[in-house]
Amino acid sequence: MGSKNKTGQSAALLSLMTSTGNALAAWELNFQAPATQAAQTVIDLHNLMMIIIVVIFIGVFAAMFYSVFRHRKSQGHAAAQFHDNTLVEIAWTVVPLLILVAMAWPATKAVLNMRDTSQADITIKATGYQWKWGYDYLKGEGEGIRFMSLMSTPAEQIRGSAAKGGNYLLEVDRHVVVPVGKKVRVLTTATDVIHSWWVPALAVKQDAIPGYVRDTWFKAEKEGIYRGQCAELCGKDHAFMPIVVEVVSAEKYSQWVGEQKQQMAAAADEGAKTYSLAELMNRGEKVYAANCVACHQANGKGLPPAFPALDGSKIAKGPKAEHIAIVLHGKPNTAMAAYGGQLGDGDIAAVVTYERNAWGNKTGDVVQPAEIKAARK
Amino acid sequence: MEATHAHGAGHAHGDGHSHHPKGVMRWITTTNHKDIGTMYLWFSFAMFMVGGAMALIIRAELFQPGLQYVEPEFFNQMITLHGLIMVFGAIMPAFVGFANWMIPMMIGAPDMAFARMNNWSFWLLPPAGILLTASMFVPGGAAGTGWTLYPPLSIQMGIGMDMAIFAVHILGMSSIMGSINIVTTILNLRAPGMPLMRMPMFCWTWLITGYLLIAVMPVLAGAVTMILTDRHFGTSFFSAAGGGDPVLFQHIFWFFGHPEVYIIALPAFGVVSHVIPAFARKPIFGYTSMVYAIASIALISFIVWAHHMYVVGMPVAGQLYFMYATILIAVPTGVKVFNWVATMWRGSMTFETPMLFALGFLFLFTIGGFTGLVLSNTAIDVQLQDTYYVVAHFHYVMVAGALFSAFAAVYYWLPKWTGHMYDETLGQWHFWLSIVSFNIAFFPQHFLGLAGMPRRIPDYALQFVDFNQVSTIGAFGFGLSQLLFLYVVLKAIRGGEKAPAKPWEGATGLEWTVPSPAPYHTFEEPPVLSGAKGHE
Repeated sequence: MGSKNKTGQSAALLSLMTSTGNALAAWELNFQAPATQAAQTVIDLHNLMMIIIVVIFIGVFAAMFYSVFRHRKSQGHAAAQFHDNTLVEIAWTVVPLLILVAMAWPATKAVLNMRDTSQADITIKATGYQWKWGYDYLKGEGEGIRFMSLMSTPAEQIRGSAAKGGNYLLEVDRHVVVPVGKKVRVLTTATDVIHSWWVPALAVKQDAIPGYVRDTWFKAEKEGIYRGQCAELCGKDHAFMPIVVEVVSAEKYSQWVGEQKQQMAAAADEGAKTYSLAELMNRGEKVYAANCVACHQANGKGLPPAFPALDGSKIAKGPKAEHIAIVLHGKPNTAMAAYGGQLGDGDIAAVVTYERNAWGNKTGDVVQPAEIKAARK
Repeated sequence: MEATHAHGAGHAHGDGHSHHPKGVMRWITTTNHKDIGTMYLWFSFAMFMVGGAMALIIRAELFQPGLQYVEPEFFNQMITLHGLIMVFGAIMPAFVGFANWMIPMMIGAPDMAFARMNNWSFWLLPPAGILLTASMFVPGGAAGTGWTLYPPLSIQMGIGMDMAIFAVHILGMSSIMGSINIVTTILNLRAPGMPLMRMPMFCWTWLITGYLLIAVMPVLAGAVTMILTDRHFGTSFFSAAGGGDPVLFQHIFWFFGHPEVYIIALPAFGVVSHVIPAFARKPIFGYTSMVYAIASIALISFIVWAHHMYVVGMPVAGQLYFMYATILIAVPTGVKVFNWVATMWRGSMTFETPMLFALGFLFLFTIGGFTGLVLSNTAIDVQLQDTYYVVAHFHYVMVAGALFSAFAAVYYWLPKWTGHMYDETLGQWHFWLSIVSFNIAFFPQHFLGLAGMPRRIPDYALQFVDFNQVSTIGAFGFGLSQLLFLYVVLKAIRGGEKAPAKPWEGATGLEWTVPSPAPYHTFEEPPVLSGAKGHE
């Protein structure tokens, strides 16, 4: 069956990952290879606890199984009738307590360290959306960079009509790039429901809570690509909003920052331009595929009642202003997010145009970026 | 579970109740604790089958990466309903069923204290079960939030969410009535000469569980009502936009949710504390310390809730406090495990099916306890929160813990209920099939969690394929093994070797002084207790 095929893929993945020094192997029995001191600390703590637990476990169940095999009626063992021993009972209350205190001490130190987010070199805000992550570089080198990061695994791979790639479900269109050896503070928040930003190799997991900002930090010791996933159930595509952090050298990071700034400058002055219907439709289809298709579906039929159809909808065929407003500001208490903060004027203009002309919605309306700019005010 | 025979034995009563209704009306109007106990147990088994079928849908989808059988929305509905149905529909009613059947007989009472309320607390359950199950078929489907119902996701759901909320309200009412009944029965209807510190351990665990239920079920009802008003009446308890806080719900939910774990576990402890002494032919070791351990576990369970929330971003002082408090629970839990082992020590043991399940419980529950200790460590939990490690952990506690204990209870008391011995060979097959397939299903999930597989996902990355396939095979094995259980129980109801009043050589307690099957009415006159034999 398919399972052989899968095993083959896993093996391919194994060789791929080990060759890049980032071991994500099949039959893995333990934590992922650590890339931060904090992740190493977690592994050390876990090892310590496992040793203590296994020793106690063997002690208790050695006694039980000895009893099970020796103190049997079939062996002619007569039952003793003791049922109390104050000294023994005090001992097995106090001794475990002391062992637990000994375990709590290193844990306390680790927690205090994990939560110290002060003196960060770079601060990045990660915003959870249904179902993607947005990143804003708030402080430090790269300040001002902002982008959305969407899973890039194609639907054909998920549906089984194409072979699954090596980083199946763990790949995105734009990586979070950070420099090696720098303390990166991550602020987490969300716009719709609770998400959780988790990268195992960095030992960072922090819930992203709508309306509130939380923080965590990491300092990657090794260059490489580290992959994680949303860890809090956030709706239907919870499995499909991965997180990819790319740790690079300081020079490479500076170079990346330069490229990003250029691209953003180019995007900023598109508000003044006007486009033809064909141009907007073309671009709008791509924006739609990246942002809207998960709920409203490629055919515009949606998945009612949670995710309404756009094909023939009152909003997509009604006044432009209402359509623009709902895309910009979302719809409270539904999964419809506010895209005003996520997409630029050009993208919103394109996607609104697309929705008003695709499928059976042949309104002929053209929405220009300038109209979006005006609607934002 | 063996209704017809309990009824068949009804001719033993000579008390003017012979005019009670026949047929279905008998079950609808009954106030007899044995009838009601039987109904609780059958309801529980039916919900166990429904919840189990959902688990198999989940595991079938997870057999391979990619989406094969169900859409993600439906997958989320399955995990939600599986959790709610198993916790509220299967495990809790099962132990209330045991309490109904056994507590009056253990303490020498003629029936439960509030017999008519007892009827009502059972008959609330089927509508709740129907609401939960039927919510799959309404527009938008059932709640897809996980059994924890976290907002704002639960605010986005359709009418299925409202049905789940209503079901939780009804289940809460049923639990509160049931627990008031049990507490009152234990406190007021004990036979003369049975002081609290000599009553059977199962009664102690239920006395304390009853108080836990009365304390926390209203909290859950409040939390889901707040979701309801946020959904429909414009309040903003859990919405930051209106001045609320989504995390508030988690605090309230887990203030209920952690004691809930012990609501399920404590009666299981009680059953095991009867079965192990019976088959070791030796009194339970450390009766007094067992009682103190149960009480301490119950008290501490109220002050540890936020260990389910280490990554929501609470102050570091909060994280440390909840870690220390959680670690503390290991002490009384350890005392219980040590006491059970000491009870076996130098006993004269035999290994009939109830004993096998009790030993399976002890072994696997201890593993679940240890992984709980690992999770209590905040630093480690940051890596493990919301992963399959947690799924493995609570299935070791809930399935190998509570469910195995429930199986032990059924096999232990089945002769008393039906008047027949069950098929010992098949019972032992049921045990071995269950324990082997259970471990195949759930042990690999520890590794999946450690390696970084999040829970509640219908599709996963390729490095998780192998252990998921093993787990799915185990889950199907475990599910199918339970059909054997049904067969063994039905076979015992229909016939078999006649059971004596006390089928287990080492069993002690008043329930073994009445004939098997137990007559429809027992202890209409309180029994005369001689000295210190209450708990032994």
